[in-house]
Amino acid sequence: MSAAGDTALNARLLQRDASVERWSLLGLASPAILVVMVVMVLPVGWLFYLSFLGDDGQFSLENYNRMIESKAYGRIFWTTFKVSVLTTLICILIGYPLAYFLAQLPSRMANICLLTVLLPFWTSLLVRTYAWLVLLQRKGLLNRWAMDIGLWDEPVKLVHNLNGTLIGMVHIMLPFLVLPLYGSMKAISEDYMKASSNLGAGPVQTFWHVFFPLSLPGLFAGALIVFVLCLGFFVTPAVLGGGRVIMVAMQITTNIELFFNWGAASALGVVLLILTLGILFAASRALRLDNILGGGHG
Amino acid sequence: MMRWWHSPASETQITHGQRLWLYILSALIMVWLVAPSIIVIPMSFSQSQYLEFPPREWSLRWYAHYFQSVEWMAATRTSLLAGVLTMLLATPIGVAAAYGLFVSRHPLARFMFILLVTPIIVPVILIAIGAFYIYVQIGLVNSLLGLVLAHTILALPLILVIVSAALKSYDLNQELAARGLGASRLTAFLTVTLPQIRFSIITSALLAFLTSFDEVIVAMFVSGGDNSTLTRNMFNALRDQIDPTIAAISTIMIVISSTLVILTQIFGKSKD
Repeated sequence: MSAAGDTALNARLLQRDASVERWSLLGLASPAILVVMVVMVLPVGWLFYLSFLGDDGQFSLENYNRMIESKAYGRIFWTTFKVSVLTTLICILIGYPLAYFLAQLPSRMANICLLTVLLPFWTSLLVRTYAWLVLLQRKGLLNRWAMDIGLWDEPVKLVHNLNGTLIGMVHIMLPFLVLPLYGSMKAISEDYMKASSNLGAGPVQTFWHVFFPLSLPGLFAGALIVFVLCLGFFVTPAVLGGGRVIMVAMQITTNIELFFNWGAASALGVVLLILTLGILFAASRALRLDNILGGGHG
Repeated sequence: MMRWWHSPASETQITHGQRLWLYILSALIMVWLVAPSIIVIPMSFSQSQYLEFPPREWSLRWYAHYFQSVEWMAATRTSLLAGVLTMLLATPIGVAAAYGLFVSRHPLARFMFILLVTPIIVPVILIAIGAFYIYVQIGLVNSLLGLVLAHTILALPLILVIVSAALKSYDLNQELAARGLGASRLTAFLTVTLPQIRFSIITSALLAFLTSFDEVIVAMFVSGGDNSTLTRNMFNALRDQIDPTIAAISTIMIVISSTLVILTQIFGKSKD
């Protein structure tokens, strides 16, 4: 056999090897893919199908029509939207200064202070919701202290309403905003600030014209995560809202646990999913979201 | 003190004194973040039926109640078991997927990565009712296996993101070098790559445990009966009344998660 034939054969074999390897490496992901398919993709697809079935088992849009026509459902969507927007805005207002403060600390101090964000982040959300319930209730700590120092005379209703829900949700969501924002602020080079002040800008000017615009992608990413998570929130509004703040996720549960109405629950779930994915998709076109989620390839 | 006050706080020459409001505001927010969990701890040692802070009389009454209750103990066992099993299932398949998808240059890899991180985006309530619906058909409702499988998909995104990030900052040529010297792909991975990303793997394993241990909504739907989780029982108890036993359980959970988070911080700081 000629040398040229040898080389060609070799090249072919190598190519086959490379292809086999690429596929087998991909195969390493198959157990994980399998679990996600069986436990999430398949069932969610099934719910999607159920949402288009009427009471008689025939194809129908009644589950979706109900959402548009019924006043109760309109109120639930409005509440969900309102709570999510308010939570996100409050998180931005208090999260931005905190992230800014953390990003400017020397790294040792920053790591210690970051624990005050990380510890609540990883403390069970149920535990934190319970803690707020205890603090905010009628005879709770907050009411007692406020009356002791004379802020108000009668116990104020702080929980089992919108206020209590917002306090709890902001508390739970704040780390989701602060952590990505902190990361993006740390990535802003100090040279820009140096340059700005060298060119004669005062601190306030430098902040608003140089630092703030550079930190916007991180702020946007954090706010997006908070908003999307709020849309599907369940535990905190259920406990701190006291039945007065009904969000979509709670209505889904009620439809199943109380009415065994899978069609209605599925339709709500589908709308929730489409809203979530739609918002994320729109945002990822506006800025490269895969950077935030840490995409597979560098 | 005065010197600190007038010294520049950043490159913009703003002084610490001018930024005092920022320090005070940040301190208040940090206190607000940790205070609720911290206040629950002393309250759980109160003698009274009503949660007091500070307690007038100290006692271990609520802890005794918790440890002597058959139901709470069974729920705790289920939660711990589910957490450990989730960790043991999610970590190996998650690390395998992260590695395979990172190294393979197949066009499908990117798509598969996105599929594996979607459970963190899809509203949990949807995953919960979807899993419940399928489990009813195949008889996995109220089973430990069903709970662990559902918690596994919630833990996978974290593992993938953390391990992929570690792989990104690691030079894969080292593995090539090992293979050039005669090691098989597996040997090269186990002896060269794995030791260098081990801290990320430990971190993601601990977080996988916490994800399962703290999870409420999926557990509410797919766990029950003998396999009710701690969080499920706590949630049900919360809807009825403010039972001080929950304060005792909360304290235990705070201690567990704080310990794990501090461990992940220590591992995270060690250079992978």
